[in-house]
Amino acid sequence: MSIQKIHVKTTINGRPEEFLTDPYVSLLDALREIVGLTGSKEGCLDGNCGACTVSINGKIVDSCLVLAAEVDGQNLETVEGMATADGLHPLQQAFLEEAALQCGICTPGFLVAAKGLLDNEPDPSEERIRHWLAGNLCRCTGYENIIKAVKKVAENS
Amino acid sequence: MHPFVYAAPSTVKEAVEILTKHGDKARPMAGGTDLLVQIRGGRFDLDMVVDIKKIPELTSVTNNNDGLVIGSAVACHQLYEDDDISKNYPGLIDAATLIGGIQIQSRSGFGGNLCNATPSADGIGPLIVHSTVANIQGESGTRSIPVEEFCTGPGRNALGKGEMLVSLSIPNKGKGFGAAYERFIPRNEMDIAVAAVASSILVGSNGKISEARIALASVGPTPIFAKKASDFLIGKEANEASFKEAAAIAKSECSPIEDMRGTIEQRQHLVEVITLRTLNKSLERIEG
Repeated sequence: MSIQKIHVKTTINGRPEEFLTDPYVSLLDALREIVGLTGSKEGCLDGNCGACTVSINGKIVDSCLVLAAEVDGQNLETVEGMATADGLHPLQQAFLEEAALQCGICTPGFLVAAKGLLDNEPDPSEERIRHWLAGNLCRCTGYENIIKAVKKVAENS
Repeated sequence: MHPFVYAAPSTVKEAVEILTKHGDKARPMAGGTDLLVQIRGGRFDLDMVVDIKKIPELTSVTNNNDGLVIGSAVACHQLYEDDDISKNYPGLIDAATLIGGIQIQSRSGFGGNLCNATPSADGIGPLIVHSTVANIQGESGTRSIPVEEFCTGPGRNALGKGEMLVSLSIPNKGKGFGAAYERFIPRNEMDIAVAAVASSILVGSNGKISEARIALASVGPTPIFAKKASDFLIGKEANEASFKEAAAIAKSECSPIEDMRGTIEQRQHLVEVITLRTLNKSLERIEG
């Protein structure tokens, strides 16, 4: 069976982006291996760990569970879009200050997920933050410093 | 992943044609949060994945006084972000807010959850207690079945060759109706139920129950409509004493297995405890 590649036109972090992909390639693999954005990480490949979290049209998703072919015409945001020429995103700065990471594999996913929360709910309760981030796993920090960092940004906003 | 073709039809008719032509070699994809994991795990050998999210009627929700119609590719967040739906369909919302994490809820929904037909599915019990009807379309036309008849075994459903789930119709029971879903898991989030129960009651102005439905998950080969326990409640006073008796009956209607998640005895016990809790919660929601 010969399978044709699919032409995907999308917007990633505010920039128009076009690429060709095989239809059976995940969005995560397309971002990392075709587009060259390696910030999103592969963890579990089954929707538990959230290391591959990106946002599609403002909704956070596990990019390992999305086909690249699906995002034609959609608006994507990845961790690469968070820092600007002016400096780190407040969440990134807070993660540094609160030591909210150790090995760093889970960090891009946590940052994109936390941004997804604060973009819509600037002042969430701690319980809400913990519930929102339940789809992201971290094996290093024990979560406390991650929650602290997100709370810090919420309180300073 | 094993190579497959991606099809994104724009009408149900077109999707049904593709599914009929390819049979077992094609599968519809709604949120994909189960399907892509299953494909990676080698459960299916597919030539084609049929993305049904480009079919407008399958991603839309119609909500009016009569009830709710959920397209089969509607994602959980589309329901719980709507205040009116959250108020009138509390059992569904309990499930929509605990299926996976937020990332999963952005994509997964009741249609896919139902079609996957896992015994532990969080969405199916709530659909049953909300008296949901599944609307199906195939080459020979459309048909509708009560959702409690949809699952025929673990991972198996009532869809024939080429048929697909189009929508779920859920009546608005109005004032006096309450529903709730709870599951037992060892963690607080992101886990598969050891046992779970959905309940609903409709209480008249005389304080008596006129309709009741109880559904059990993770305690049998399919989600179970606990008919005896449900029927027992009809005509009874809506109070703890009636609920306790119904919970004991529900316990007798489950047929769990023992596995790494729990023993038979623990699951039976959980069914009784959670049935009582969800009935009480349903009543609280009516009174609240």
